[in-house]
Formats: sequence, C-alpha cells, structure tokens
Amino acid sequence: MKNSHEHYYVPSQSAWPIVATFALFFLAFGGGILINYGSPLLLTAGVGLMAYIFYGWFSKVIEESHDGLYSVQMDNSFRLGMAWFIFSEVMFFAAFFGALFYVRTLAMPWLNGEGDHAMTHELLWPNFIGEWPLLNTPATSSSVPSGLPDPFHLPLINTILLVISSVTLTIAHHALKENDREKTIRWMAITLVLGVAFLIVQGIEYYEAYAHLGLTLESGIYGSTFFMLTGFHGVHVTLGSIILLVILMRLLKGHFSADKHFGFEASAWYWHFVDVVWLGLFIFVYIV
Amino acid sequence: MTSAVDHHHGPATGMTRWLFTTNHKDIGSMYLIFSLLMFFIGGSMALIIRMELVEPGLQVVQPEFFNQMTTMHGLIMVFGAVMPAFVGLANWMVPLMIGAPDMALPRLNNFSFWLLPFAFFMLLSTLVMDGGAPDFGWTFYAPLSTTYAPPSVTFFIFAIHLAGVSSILGAINVIVTIMNMRAPSMSYMKMPLFVWTWLITAFLLVAVMPVLAGTVTMMLTDIHFGTSFFDAGGGGDPVLFQHLFWFFGHPEVYIMILPAFGIISQIVPTFSRKPLFGYASMVYATSSIALLSFTVWAHHMFTVGIPLVGELFFMYATMLISVPTGVKVFNWVATMFRGSMTFETPMLFAIAFIVLFTIGGFSGLMLAISPADFQYHDTYFVVAHFHYVLVPGAVFSIMAAAYYWMPKWTGNMYDEYLGKCHFWCSFVGLNLTFFPMHFVGLAGMPRRIPDYSIQFADFNLVSSLGGFLFGFSQLIFVLVVVKCVKGGKKAEAVVWEGAEGLEWQVPSPAPYHTFETPPEVK
Repeated sequence: MKNSHEHYYVPSQSAWPIVATFALFFLAFGGGILINYGSPLLLTAGVGLMAYIFYGWFSKVIEESHDGLYSVQMDNSFRLGMAWFIFSEVMFFAAFFGALFYVRTLAMPWLNGEGDHAMTHELLWPNFIGEWPLLNTPATSSSVPSGLPDPFHLPLINTILLVISSVTLTIAHHALKENDREKTIRWMAITLVLGVAFLIVQGIEYYEAYAHLGLTLESGIYGSTFFMLTGFHGVHVTLGSIILLVILMRLLKGHFSADKHFGFEASAWYWHFVDVVWLGLFIFVYIV
Repeated sequence: MTSAVDHHHGPATGMTRWLFTTNHKDIGSMYLIFSLLMFFIGGSMALIIRMELVEPGLQVVQPEFFNQMTTMHGLIMVFGAVMPAFVGLANWMVPLMIGAPDMALPRLNNFSFWLLPFAFFMLLSTLVMDGGAPDFGWTFYAPLSTTYAPPSVTFFIFAIHLAGVSSILGAINVIVTIMNMRAPSMSYMKMPLFVWTWLITAFLLVAVMPVLAGTVTMMLTDIHFGTSFFDAGGGGDPVLFQHLFWFFGHPEVYIMILPAFGIISQIVPTFSRKPLFGYASMVYATSSIALLSFTVWAHHMFTVGIPLVGELFFMYATMLISVPTGVKVFNWVATMFRGSMTFETPMLFAIAFIVLFTIGGFSGLMLAISPADFQYHDTYFVVAHFHYVLVPGAVFSIMAAAYYWMPKWTGNMYDEYLGKCHFWCSFVGLNLTFFPMHFVGLAGMPRRIPDYSIQFADFNLVSSLGGFLFGFSQLIFVLVVVKCVKGGKKAEAVVWEGAEGLEWQVPSPAPYHTFETPPEVK
C-alpha cells in the first residue's frame, strides 16, 4: 500500500478542461437560445465541441494509462469517482420517481377530496374523478390518451432485452478476466446489439404512444412522468451504448488486460445501473 | 518534512497557468477570488434592496426590479459566493491537511472551477434580457417561476444546471481525495475536522444537487414542453415543487454550514492552545446533522397545507437537529474553557461565529415550532434567522479561514490592525442590519416587498445603515488581502503558536507542489 502512494500521477497543465467548459457553456446557453429564440447554432457548436473533447480527453487518459503513469492508488481514484458519479445519477432519477410517487399517493387523492381535502375537490374541479393511470386530467387537456402502452408487450420485451444484456456483459467481463479476447469481443458485441435493440423497441413504443394512443408529453401528469422517466432512461441507455461501443472498439484495438481494465468495468457499472433503473421503471411506471 | 517540498517545477507563466492549471492551490485561489467577486456583486444587490427600504414608499427602484434584486442576491450569495468559497478552501487545505500531493482528479478540478464563471455570466446576463432577470425569489417556487416567469427563466435554469455540474464534480473530487489520498496511517478518526466536515458536505452535495437538477428540468419542460409536474390542472401539484426544492434546499443549508463548523473546530483549539474538546463527538454530531438534514425539509412549508402528521413529524425532526448542534457549541466552548486564549483576527471571527450562529440557531428553533411558524412565515423574522446563520455563520467562518490560512498561502502576515478593523466593522454592521429584522418580522413585516407600513420605518433605517456599514467594511478585507499578497512580515511555517496539523509542516508560502511523497503521521 505504501509503495503505491509514492507515484501518484498529477498531470501537468491541460487545455481539455477549459475547452470542455466552453463546450458545456455552449450547450447550456445554446439550449436557452434555441428554446427562447429558435436558433440552434450555438447548441450545435456545443454538441460538436463536446464530442471532440470526449474523444480527445479520454484518448489522453488512455494514453497515460498505457504509458504506465497510473498507480494502484490512481486506479482507486477512478473507481471511487465513477461510483460516486453513479450515485449522483441515482439521485437524479430519484427526483423523478419522487414526483411520480407524490402525485400518485398525495396530489391525486387530494384532488379527489380524500382526507380533509373535501373543499379542495369542491372548489377546484368538483367533477374530477382521479384514478391512476390518470388519463382525464382535472382541467381539460389538449390531448386525452385513448389508451396506454401494454406493459406486457413492448416494455416486457425491453425488460428481457436489458436483463439479458446485463448477463451477456458479465460473461464478457469474465472472458476478459480469463484473457479470452475473442470471447470478450463476441459477448460485448451481443450486449451492444441488445442495447441498440432496446432503443429501437422504445422508439416504436414512443411512436405508437404519439401516433395511435394520443399519449404525449402534454397528456397531464401521466404523460409527464411517463415520458420524462422513460425518456431520461432512454438517454442513459443511448449514452451507455455509446460507451459500450467505445469499449468494444478499444477491445478490437487490443486495449485492456486480464487484470487491468477499469474502462471496461466502469462501462459495465454504468450499464448495470441503467438496467436497475429500468427495472424500477418497469415496476412503478408500467405495472403498478 | 524535507520530503514534503519539491523544487523541480513551479507554476507555468502567463495566463495559461490559470486556464490550464491542474494545481489544487491555483484552483483554490481562483475559487476564492471568484467567490469574493460574487460576494461583492451579490452584496451590491443587497445594498440596492437596503437603499429602497431606507424609508417607506417607493423611491429608488421599481417593484419589478426589487424582485429581481432579492432573487439574484440570494442566488449569487448561495451558489456564487458561499459555496465556491468553501470549495476553494477545500481545494487549498484538504490536500495539505491529509498529506496528499494534489486533489485526486486534478483536471476534473480545473473543469469544476471554470464552469462557474460561465454559469454566473449566464445568470447575470438575464439582467439585460427582455422582461428582466428572474424575479421569483431564490427559492423559485412554481408557478411564479413557471407560468408567471419572465422569458429569461430558461437561461436561469441552464445556469443552475452548469453550477450544479460544477458542484457535483467538485464534491466527487473532494470525496475521492479524502477517501483515497490520505497519507498512510492517517485513519479517518485522525483527520482534521475541516476534512471530516468537508467529506460529509461533499456527500450531501452529491446527494442533493442532482435533485435540484431534476427539479429545474421539470420546470423547463413545464414551461416549454407542456408537461404538468407543477400544474394541478394537469394532475400535478405546485406544492410538489416545494417538496422537491426543499429536499435539495435543506441539505443545501447544511452544505453551507458544515464546512464552517470544520473551520471553527480548527481555529478555536489553535488560539485556545488546547486540543479540541470531544473530537469523536464532533464527528458523530456532524454526521447526525447531515443525516437528519434529509428528514426536515417540509419545515419550510408549514403554511402551505400539509397533513397534520407531516407538520408534527417535520417539527420534531427539526428540533432534533438542535441536539447535535448543541454538542458542537458545547465542545467549542469547552475547548476555550481554561485555555490560554489570544484574540487574533481569525479567533475574533470564530468567537463571533459561535455566539451569533447560536442566535441564528435559536431563532431557527422558534421557526421549527409549527404553530408559531404560522405567524413567522414569510416575515422578516425568517430573513433575520437565515442571515444570522449565513452571515456571521458561513461568511464569518470563511473570513476566519481566510485570515487563519492567508499567511500559509501568501507567505506573509496580514495586517492585524486592519484585520481587527474589518472584524469590528463587520460585527457591528451585521448586527445593526439583521437584529432589528427580528422585531419587524415578529410585528408582521412581510419579506420580499419593496414598501412597508410606517411603523417599521425606524428599524428599517437602522437595518439599512447597518447594511451599508457591513457592505463597505468588506472593502477593508480586500485591502488586507492585497497588502498581504504584496508583502508584509514573513510568516513562519507554523504561523500560529498553538497550530497543529500537516498544513503547518510545509513552509510558508506553501510551495507549488507539496507532499509528493506522503508525510509520516503521528
């Protein structure tokens, strides 16, 4: 342990962080400009710059790792950093799950006049009969859905896809630990295909919701929680798939060894996290 | 000790040193300077507020602009001044205190800092946009911040996102540094309390900043994409906004005070020349406060219409927090008891912290009593309460820390005479400003209103005079800093006679790189 302390690599000056702040600023300010004034220029510049930075900054880190600059202690810093990052992501989803639970268990019953809220019901929307899933909102909504996605159709397929992908990813990890590169690549590719398949199925589901069921973001609180939870999850699956793709490409280039492959493990942690979030979604958004 | 210093490479020259730096000391300094700048910008807004409130009636600004000032003052002080100042102190001191060569993730550290100027440029730019800056209060309750918000709210939301990313990444860096970079044999229970309190603070940050990000995202979609999170007409609930906001907001309050507790726990033993009384109980008290902070949020919402069981639960949970806080105050006093005390500027700020923060704590206890809160809610009593915990609390602790460690940072002693002037002017100024607010608040003066009833005139005049005294005294601090950076009596390695800890084992000023090989810890 003491030995690992003696070579903690502190990188010298780097231009990547400040360029990354420009990219994120372009994304944020450009997002504001797009929404308020309709011009996508700055946002597009931000996306491009961000992609360039991800490529450049991570390449630099990989290069440093290959040059043997990273000690065991450094590896541990990366592990802890990734773990706490995932924890922060969990809390981000917690906000949306919290909103879902709040409206289901408190807000809707109160609008129905339960507890001591009889006057809330009388004075606001006396004709409102709330039951979950809430299709008819208290005030007339522009789009009342004619139905909801069947949880045991596309969502169940997606659940199966994601759960299997977690298993295949674990098989790939074990293969990597056994130094069986070909097997690793094969199972990694299968995982990636499953992830992309998930995204395609979710695309179909969204299309059906909008085109056939009339369930949109504007369908009251059900549509809000449904699309924001599944949407942010979908964004995370997309990001996770890109990460898996990068890892696959690195595997093809011959990166990673049986005992040193934190990049691989970090992507696996992230993928499992996305998987677990989906299970929560499947239960609380679709089934219950 | 000899191995602690490295002479091989110093800082780069020119602007790139600051733009591209990965050095925790450079980044710490930038955080501190940035927060001082924001302190003055937010402070000027406070002075505009106090100028308007010198006498009843409208004389200086329009009510719309007054609302923008209260909103921006709060946002800038919380997210731009206090939080970055603590992060700056963590950057400078945590690696020095645990014997680490730098922060664990140095490039990420640079990224976290440089996001802030962009975030606040964006926030401040709303002042010149059509419809003006955000005017819905720093708590941005829906529907004021959604249905009735100015168009600039979009930029406010993204500015919060940027500041939030900065906070989360900065906090992750602090956690990883403390967990992974401690010198061998520095166990958790040997860590200085400033490090402990920052570890817990960083945990709170990682836990609640994402919730804030989610909340402003819901605002964004409610405003622009037709969702109904905070709209009862769509089945949502404006009260949901308050729950989400305060689930973030209450831990946020402790994010702004726990590092202060740590600083005071470093300074009081030094100038009492005694070890801290009850180290372990301090650690447990800090942890308890942090955990309890997740269970008290609705005490900000007693009057909004929550079920009786909620009123009771949140009232008792809130009162429970006074137990660990009382432990802390007791320990600080017990540390001073029979110590060989001296009263240099850091100690003056620290003692004022203990006394005045306790006043703020007691008014908090009054506000915690749910039935009584129906009277206090949204009055100046609340303003008095949270300014007593934030100004002589958070801000005084930051000042204390700056005086305490400035000789280590610059290698020069600060001007003790000017430091004491700064302290006494600030002390008198803030009490003049905020103490009368208790009285006008209890008498029913509502907060966030540019005009007031004639019977509040005298106390408001006193508050305004005190506000200007406090505001302009901060210029003395700038003078002290500039003088100290430029020169002065050379500081020794152990700046203060009773100081203990690794940060005093390196020379003053601390060399650009320290502890490249870890020190031995007793």
